[in-house]
Amino acid sequence: MSHEDVLNPNQLPHDPEKATLEGKNKFIGFWMFLGGETVLFASLFGTYLALVRSTSGENTPENLFGLELVFIMTMLLLTSSLTSVYAMYHMKNHDFKKMQLWLGITVLLGLGFLGCEIYEFYHYIHEYGFTFRSSAFGSAFYTLVGFHGGHVVFGLSWIVALMIRNQKRGLNLYNAPKFYIASLYWHFIDVVWVFIFTVVYLMGKVG
Amino acid sequence: MTERTESTSRYKIDIRKKEYKEEMVHQVTSFTLMILFTFIAFGMVVMEISSYFVKPVLLLLAVIQVVFQLYYFMHMKNKGHAMPAMMMFGGIVIAIVTILTFTSIIWW
Repeated sequence: MSHEDVLNPNQLPHDPEKATLEGKNKFIGFWMFLGGETVLFASLFGTYLALVRSTSGENTPENLFGLELVFIMTMLLLTSSLTSVYAMYHMKNHDFKKMQLWLGITVLLGLGFLGCEIYEFYHYIHEYGFTFRSSAFGSAFYTLVGFHGGHVVFGLSWIVALMIRNQKRGLNLYNAPKFYIASLYWHFIDVVWVFIFTVVYLMGKVG
Repeated sequence: MTERTESTSRYKIDIRKKEYKEEMVHQVTSFTLMILFTFIAFGMVVMEISSYFVKPVLLLLAVIQVVFQLYYFMHMKNKGHAMPAMMMFGGIVIAIVTILTFTSIIWW
């Protein structure tokens, strides 16, 4: 396939994200990275589970966590995962505008999630005086949940950068793998969140 | 001759579009189930069911949700995903060992 073909939106094959060697390599390399991320988050979860009882004063998981906010955050992130699935569906059908639209909705939902998380941390620090340095539980909690929040920030910046950069180019074999991989990253963020809301918040409330 | 190739490729595109639609149906179904499992998990904690079953059931619900996410949303059920599966399962094995070590062997 010549260079012109690669950049021609009318020549797109099916599965445009894996049609070029570069796309295939990105796909394999990114899954390797996700395997590594799994281990990284496991070490943070292990630390949290080991230190969750090392609290100080009244700031225990049972007293701190409010399930309403966590439920809203879960719904936002889960829905944003579905909207990025829609975006990839339109990518495979070579509909660039609809893909951009659904990616935009994904970004909005992600921003909503991020806003809730910032509010949550702000609330803990100012209402409860529960900070990173309060206790070993505090350090483990902010490291684990904050690291996930950092992933959300990175994922959002990534998707927004791709959307703006390729706005006028349309879809081609050069940027299709980029969009696909960004959406995989976004799904992985939701995978981690499923374990955070289960292990940190729900199991923290059960005690 | 060109007409014929065009009609065959048109036919192939239609088949693909149908495949994508079917995949979409699976994905929406898995999304609905994930929402349902989330409701069950939160409901169990809000209703304060006190039993030593609660934690294992919560973990089981989380694992099922993640399987849906990986296999349907991230397409791991599709062809050509042997390498991703190897990476993820390798990662998961080390992840489990790490968590076991941190929570049992290491003295904090």
